[in-house]
Amino acid sequence: MDAIIEYQGQLLQGTWVTMQLAIFSLLVAVLFGLLGAWASLSSNRLAQNIAAGYTSIVRGVPDLVLLLLVFFGGQELANAIGSLTGLWDYAEISQFAAGVGTLGIVFGAYMSETFRGAILAIPKGQIEAGAACGMSRPLVFRRIIWPQMVRHALPGFSSNWLVQIKSTALVSVIGLQDLVFNGFAAGRSTRQLFTFMFAVLVIYLVMTAVSDLGLRWLDRKYNKGVVRTQ
Amino acid sequence: MEESTTGFWADIGQFIETWSPLEILLIAQNFDRFLYGALVTLELTLLALILGGLISIPMAIARANKNSWFNGPVWVFTYFFRGTPLLVQTYLIYYGLGQFEWVRESVLWKPILAQAWWCALIAFTLNTAAYTTELLRGAIETTATAKVETAKAGGFLNWMRLQRIILPSAFRRVLPAYSNEVVFMLHGSVVASTITIQDLLGAGRWLNQQYYLSSEGFITAAVLYFVLVLLITRGFRYGEKHWLSHLYPEETKKAREGLSTFRI
Repeated sequence: MDAIIEYQGQLLQGTWVTMQLAIFSLLVAVLFGLLGAWASLSSNRLAQNIAAGYTSIVRGVPDLVLLLLVFFGGQELANAIGSLTGLWDYAEISQFAAGVGTLGIVFGAYMSETFRGAILAIPKGQIEAGAACGMSRPLVFRRIIWPQMVRHALPGFSSNWLVQIKSTALVSVIGLQDLVFNGFAAGRSTRQLFTFMFAVLVIYLVMTAVSDLGLRWLDRKYNKGVVRTQ
Repeated sequence: MEESTTGFWADIGQFIETWSPLEILLIAQNFDRFLYGALVTLELTLLALILGGLISIPMAIARANKNSWFNGPVWVFTYFFRGTPLLVQTYLIYYGLGQFEWVRESVLWKPILAQAWWCALIAFTLNTAAYTTELLRGAIETTATAKVETAKAGGFLNWMRLQRIILPSAFRRVLPAYSNEVVFMLHGSVVASTITIQDLLGAGRWLNQQYYLSSEGFITAAVLYFVLVLLITRGFRYGEKHWLSHLYPEETKKAREGLSTFRI
C-alpha cells in the first residue's frame, strides 16, 4: 500500500494516458462506425462490399495482431511510400497514434454494425411523414432520426465502449506508457507486481463502472416515455 | 534447403523472391512454426472454454436464483473479471503471484504457477467463466414462464426441473451469444504471446525478430486467425441450425441481430 502511494504519480499519469487513448480512439471509432453504417446502407454495391469486408476482417483478426501490424508494418510502409514519392524522408508512427488508429478502426467496425441496426430500426414511414410535412432533410435527421437512432444504438454502443476501454491495455505491449505499462514498471522496481497489477485492475474497474453509470443515465434520458416490455 | 530443385518450382521461387513485397519464402519455410502456434492457441482456447464453461454452470444457476447466498460472491467475481482487461488479469497471475513467499514455497509453484502456459490457462478460464456465467444467467432467467409452470404442475421438483427443462432450453438459446464469446476467447488468447508463450501470434513475432521483418509474421498470423474464426463461426452457424431449428426463422434472427456486436 505504501508503495502505491509512493508511485501514485506514475499511476495517475498512466491513467491519464489511458483515458486519452480511450477517448480519442472512441472518436475515430464513431467516425468509422458512421461511415461504415452509411456505406453498408447505401445503394452502391461497391460501398456495401467494402463495408462488409471491413467488418469481417476486423471480426476475424485479434486487435493485438492488427496493432502490431499497424505499428511495425505501418512504419515500414510509411517509409517506403516516403522514399518512393520523395515527399518525406523518415516518418515515425508514435505508439499513441498507432493505438488510437488501430482501436478506432477495430471498434469502428463494431460501431458500424450497431449504428446500422439502429438506423434500420426506425420505421421508414416516420421519415416519409416528416418529408410530407415539409421538413427539410437536416430537420428530419435532427428531429426524427437522431433521437431514435441514439436510443436504439445506446445498448450496443455501451458494450462496445466498455470493451474498448479494456482493449486500451494492449497498447502497453508496443511500449506506450499507459496505465498498464507504468503499473508494471512500478511493480518491477518495488518487486510488488501483484499489488500494482491489482491496483491497475481496480483503476480499470472504476473507469468501466463510471462509464456504465453514465451510459445508464443517457439510456434513461433517451428512453423517456418509451414503454419497456419485459 | 534442397538445392537440386530446378525447373518449374525454382522459377516460381525466383519469381517470388524478386517480385513479392513480402518474404513469402521465409513464411513458407517456417510455416510449421505457425501451425504449431495455431495448435497452442487452439489448445489454450479450447481448454479454457471447456473448464470455464463447466465452472460457469453452477455459478449461473446461483446467479439466477436471487435468494441464494452464493449470488453476491458470484456477482463480485463476474463484475471484476468482466470489468477489467484480460491482459492485466494474466499479468496479475503470471507476474504477480510470485510476490508472495507462501505461493513460491507451495507445492503448486514449480509445476503450475511459475509456468506461463498454466498461468495463461488459469486467467483465460476465469475470464471466460465470468462472461459465460452472465450469458447463461440471462438465458436461464428468460426461460418462458409457461414452460417452468408446466413443469411445476407436472410434479417436477426443483432439481429435476432445472435439469430436464430449464438448462436444456437455456443451453440452446445461449448458442448465438456464446459463439461470440468463443470468438472473443480466441481473440483474447493472443495475450498468451505477451507472457512468452509461442502461440500463433508468438510464432509471428518470432519470425519477425528472427529475420528482421516488420510485417510478414503478423500478416501470416492474421490470416490464420481469420481462418480459425471463420471455421468457428461456420461451425456455430451449423449448430444453431441444428439445435435451434424450432426457433427459426423469427427468433434466432432477432437474437442474432440483438447480439450482433459484443459481450458484457
